[in-house]
Amino acid sequence: MRIIVCVKQVPDVTEVRIDPKTNTLIREGVPSIMNPYDLHAIEAALQIREKVGGKVTTITMGPPQAEEVLREAISMGVDDAVLLTDRRFAGADTWATAYTLSRAASKIGFDLIICGKQAIDGDTAQVGPEMAEFLDIPHVSYVRKIENVSDAEIVIERLMDDCYEKIALTLPALITVVKELNIPRPPSIRGKMAAKKANIPRWNADDIEAEEDKIGLKGSPTMVKNIFAPPPRGERRMLEGSPEEQVDSLIRELRRLGCL
Amino acid sequence: MLIRIDTEKCTGCRNCINVCPFAAIIIKDEKAFITEACSLCGACIESCPERAIIDERERDAEKSKDFKGVWIFAEQSRGKIASVAFELLGVGKRLAQELNSELCAVLFGPSEEVEELIKWGADKVYYVNSQDYAALDDELYAKTLVSLIEQYKPEILLAGATAIGRSFIPRVAARLRVGLTADCTGLEIDKETGNLLQIRPAFGGNIMATIISPTSRPQIATVRPRVMKRGEYIADKRGEIINIPPLSVKKRVKILDRVEDTSFCKVNLQDAKVIVSGGRGLGSAEGFKMLWELASLLGGTVGASRAAVDEGWIPYSHQVGQTGKTVCPRLYIACGISGAVQHLVGMQSSEIIVAINKDPNAPIFNVATYGIVGDLKVIIPLMIKKLKEGAGQ
Ligand SMILES: Cc1cc2nc3c(=O)[nH]c(=O)nc-3n(C[C@H](O)[C@H](O)[C@H](O)COP(=O)(O)OP(=O)(O)OC[C@H]3O[C@@H](n4cnc5c(N)ncnc54)[C@H](O)[C@@H]3O)c2cc1C
Ligand SMILES: Nc1ncnc2c1ncn2[C@@H]1O[C@H](COP(=O)(O)O)[C@@H](O)[C@H]1O
Repeated sequence: MRIIVCVKQVPDVTEVRIDPKTNTLIREGVPSIMNPYDLHAIEAALQIREKVGGKVTTITMGPPQAEEVLREAISMGVDDAVLLTDRRFAGADTWATAYTLSRAASKIGFDLIICGKQAIDGDTAQVGPEMAEFLDIPHVSYVRKIENVSDAEIVIERLMDDCYEKIALTLPALITVVKELNIPRPPSIRGKMAAKKANIPRWNADDIEAEEDKIGLKGSPTMVKNIFAPPPRGERRMLEGSPEEQVDSLIRELRRLGCL
Repeated sequence: MLIRIDTEKCTGCRNCINVCPFAAIIIKDEKAFITEACSLCGACIESCPERAIIDERERDAEKSKDFKGVWIFAEQSRGKIASVAFELLGVGKRLAQELNSELCAVLFGPSEEVEELIKWGADKVYYVNSQDYAALDDELYAKTLVSLIEQYKPEILLAGATAIGRSFIPRVAARLRVGLTADCTGLEIDKETGNLLQIRPAFGGNIMATIISPTSRPQIATVRPRVMKRGEYIADKRGEIINIPPLSVKKRVKILDRVEDTSFCKVNLQDAKVIVSGGRGLGSAEGFKMLWELASLLGGTVGASRAAVDEGWIPYSHQVGQTGKTVCPRLYIACGISGAVQHLVGMQSSEIIVAINKDPNAPIFNVATYGIVGDLKVIIPLMIKKLKEGAGQ
């Protein structure tokens, strides 16, 4: 089984703020981390490899320093990694990102691709399904359980808004995974050594034979027009008095607002 | 670079530097210079007194003229149309009126409720009445929607930012090579360009962004449930239902089973008008019984912080926050939740937030509309009692 896991380096969103004076992102001092969902994608791939054998390759598209997340993946036990990096990739939206990743996936070859449910910087959850369309393979989003893997087929559970569904999909295929699926393993000592030594190839647009007008800013149909701080919440009111009085005021307020 | 500086004209006045939201312009050799941080937002263009900033993106005006009409994708589950579909009709109507065009709904899978889409505002419904479409089949849904779009060329397509919409709509956008904006909380038409301004939270809600897809049509967005208001319900409104024959595509995905355990159904958090959420402060699984009782009195459901889920007091499907669900009910009551930022990002867009916490310095109070400093073991039973007595009526 040849498995590709797509991982992304993201700013730790809990630390990202907007400067109220200049309306720009405050970037300094914001640490970069591996997208938390992608850790679960890696764990899923490793568990499949343990069951049926095969090889797990991690890929990421990003600036040169995104190599850090690939080394992290290797320290968890993936076999190898490829960094897609090129100034021409810069400014990609999900369309251009998915195109670029799918070119790389075709070059590497795969039976199964695993992505995180979404990346926490944008929360779009689009790259996985878009890749599947580019590669003309079936996909299932929000996988919360992997039941069975064989050469031809994978059986999973998909989390929907009002139920879950057990689904069989023919390989090659792509899945995106939710956190509930597994608990990612910590890096092993051996893994850490391997991560240090690993030689991670870097591919540019030519290496994956990407069309110029489908990558980076140029290949991105969406554009950020502006960014702004979320509107501040209205006045907050602390309800004073005895518990009885507090509850009375709350119920009165909720009635006034038509909540009851 | 698609936005460039005409160095002949630039005087190095720095006006553009001050307006750039991405700090992407610097001064180099006494002229403005656009760096790689440029996001093509175009904010600088207007600011230049010398008109020295040139936007080289072609505005594909001709192409967009062929595309007309606002479409909404009406998802259904077991024949029941999701309430987000009616909300989309509400916002869709407003956009269609501004663009002077029609509003159409697309419905896949058999449903008794087709007419409802018309009564809630649709002029037309494209309806695939086939059992093959009863449950989500990503490839089938995407192929069918792509072929409808190619045939009828809508200008805008909206879908719910739900498990269904967020799973198959990206395939549609990928195939059509058009922009897709996920999880919008605001939609407006730009009066000047006619583009759809798609407003969404980014970076876990710490920042809002306006996204446009200026050169591709249709402009596609998924919209968060419970953010948009329904429009007017007109019981005798007439509209057209256009039956679309099902496509036959090779099935590569087979649904073997569908499981609706009851606790699961009750926690359709994204649809709930009222959510009573519990955190570590509840102290035990028992504590959640109290919350269920309060929630049912308020006509709502129960959510939880990660701490409560990790303690095993309640299943993961109830978790609200960065690694759980993002919710925006009318009323969110946080009980014994400290208000860690990972929790806040999942609920801070709720309309009214009530926080009950014994620690007056708990950060949850920063986002609360009403705060109660107190012991939830006292406050909640009191609330239940008073609501049962019909207090304040
Ligand atoms: C990558 C990552 C992702 C995460 N994702 C999520 C997520 O999706 N959702 C989420 O919720 N968290 C998430 N977290 C965890 C988050 O950081 C917090 O740890 C968590 O939200 C804390 O839950 P809590 O508020 O219930 O518990 P605590 O922080 O322990 O707070 C308990 C609160 O209860 C109050 N209290 C105690 N007893 C009483 C009483 N009798 N009456 C009234 N008040 C009382 C206390 O004053 C305290 O404020 C994530 C963390 C990380 C690192
Ligand atoms: N630049 C990238 N490089 C590698 N994988 C990515 C990249 N962007 C997104 N992904 C994958 O797509 C998933 C969903 O991302 P998104 O659509 O941005 O929310 C992530 O969890 C990753 O698995």
